Order: sequence, then structure tokens, then C-alpha cells
Amino acid sequence: MIIKVFRSYLKRIFDGLFKKKANIKLGLYGSPNAGKSTLANRITKDWLGQEMSVVSNIPHETRDINLKEGVEIRKGGKKLTFNLVDTPGIATKIDYEDFLKFKLNSKEAKQRAKEATKGVIESIKWLDNMDCVLFVLDSTANPYSQINITLIGNLAARNIPVLIAANKTDLKKSNIKKIEAAFPQYKVIGISAERGDNIEELYDALFKVLK
Amino acid sequence: MLTLQYVPYHEIQDLSSIGRIRKLLNMVAKENKIVLLEGRLKREEEAELIKATMEEINHSFKGIELAVINPSTQGSVIFGKFRSNLFNMLLGDRQGFTIIGPASVVKNIKKDPDKLQLLLSENRRKRKR
Repeated sequence: MIIKVFRSYLKRIFDGLFKKKANIKLGLYGSPNAGKSTLANRITKDWLGQEMSVVSNIPHETRDINLKEGVEIRKGGKKLTFNLVDTPGIATKIDYEDFLKFKLNSKEAKQRAKEATKGVIESIKWLDNMDCVLFVLDSTANPYSQINITLIGNLAARNIPVLIAANKTDLKKSNIKKIEAAFPQYKVIGISAERGDNIEELYDALFKVLK
Repeated sequence: MLTLQYVPYHEIQDLSSIGRIRKLLNMVAKENKIVLLEGRLKREEEAELIKATMEEINHSFKGIELAVINPSTQGSVIFGKFRSNLFNMLLGDRQGFTIIGPASVVKNIKKDPDKLQLLLSENRRKRKR
């Protein structure tokens, strides 16, 4: 496993030297229902005029990797092109009975759970392919969840740059300070992907991380 | 009956990454135990543990609850970093401890920097550290 990480690190250095900027992969990672797909839609709608993912309030709505190639953002005469990867939310447990609460029947719930487990595996596999990760956190939830700590630690171990998007700032319970305290070594941008609040600051931060 | 299995670090020290993950996951998924591991897995192994957990999920095993308690990450940023580096140098992955429980038994592990709560789904007992 250490060899695998070392290889991935070397590949990233090599790719960084010779790869065109257009091939940069920007991954959206986080727990289920953090708002990754809403943010993916916001970005592609802003810059491509179209949405890329299906959004719902049922956890694990995104169960496959969604890739949108050639997203180009422009700010102050500068241009940044990347491939945006919307990933299924990562969880340590998936119980089909949780989906029954959302009025899915037993067969649909079981199918969703099965697909969700595969989605989590794919998300983790794809970590190796990322050049940068936009880690999406629900700013109304406790940031000290083990999923957040494990994933962000894992990205650090792989030397993948991380920018934290503290989503859902439009909600009363939102607490960005708690997220900043939990991850003091990372830049945290508070946003509402749904309303587009502070999204310009997020784009500015992306230019800095992906330069 | 609920079993809490303590696993000293030396029991996993010489195992491969896959061996470590299998050993811990078997205790949780197959034997329905809560594992208290001395120290922690490597960062990459933690992600692999989640992946392996997803592969094990079936009608009776719904996944895991996981928490890593690492005392060296507490405190101020500068002092915390210094302490973390010192602990790493002296203890490596032995510092702190890891709790892994089956999701059917451990409903939730709430973690704040200074406390840990295990919420059990069987009898709703709550433990505080």
C-alpha cells in the first residue's frame, strides 16, 4: 500500500510537469448529503450553463462517479480549466432500512443500498486520480466526524491539495468557526451551493489552489 | 452479550495492510465485537478499511462506526504540531486508540476534541470518556 501511495505521488509529480492544465481533475468529496452534487451543479451551471448531477434529499442520491470535462472558469483575465468529478458520498455504514423513511419501497431501498456501497468503493478508488479536492462539509453538522478526519488525512498523506467548502451557510445552525477549528491547516470557504452565496470567493480560492 | 475486544498494537504491527484490515474487520463483521485498538491504522489503511467494509455489507452486517482518538492533535496549532511530531517520532502509530464497532450495535460515536460518546443501539447505554 505504501508503494502504491508512493507511485501515485510520483505520478502526480510527473503529471504536474508534463500534463496540460486542461487535464486537471477536481474532485468533490464528502459525506452523503453534504451538498456535493448541488455544488457541482452550481459550478457547471455558472460556467457551462447546464447541471451535471441529480439532487435529492434522500442520502446516496449520487451512486456513480459523475464527470464533467472541460469546465472553464474565468476571473480577472485569468482562465482555469478542469474536469469536475462529482463523487458518491463516503460513509462507513449503509442500511437499506434508512431509505424506507424516505418512502422508498423495500426493493428500491435494498437496490439503493447495494448501489451506494459500490459508490463508496468507487469514490475511494478515484482518490488516486485526483489533482485537487474540494471537500464539501455540511456546516450545520459536527465536523469532527471520523469520515471527514479520515478522508482529509488520507488526502494529506497522498499530497493532494484540499480546499474545504463549508456548505449550507444559509441555514441557522451553520457554524463555520467550528469547521475552521477542526481543520486549521486548510482554507475554509463558507458557501451556500443552493443559493450561490459566496461562490465567487470559492472560485477565487480555486484559482489559488489550482494555479 | 456485548463484547469489547482490546487489541494491543503488537498484534497488528507485523501484519500487512490487508492483514490488519482483515483481522479487525473480521472481529467486527463476523464476531460482532467492538474493537478497541491500541494506536491507529495508517491513513491509507483507514480509507481501505472503509472500502473493505462496503464489500462486506449484507443483510446482517450494515457497516461500522469508527473513531480514532489521537491526543497529539489536541491543543493549539503550533504546540499541537510540535507535540504531534514528538509523539510520532517516539510512538509512531501506537499513540491514541481506535474504536471500531458494528453499526448494528454502535449507533453512533460522537467525537469532540475532548470527549467521546458511544451510543449503543441495543440498550441505549451511553458511555463517556
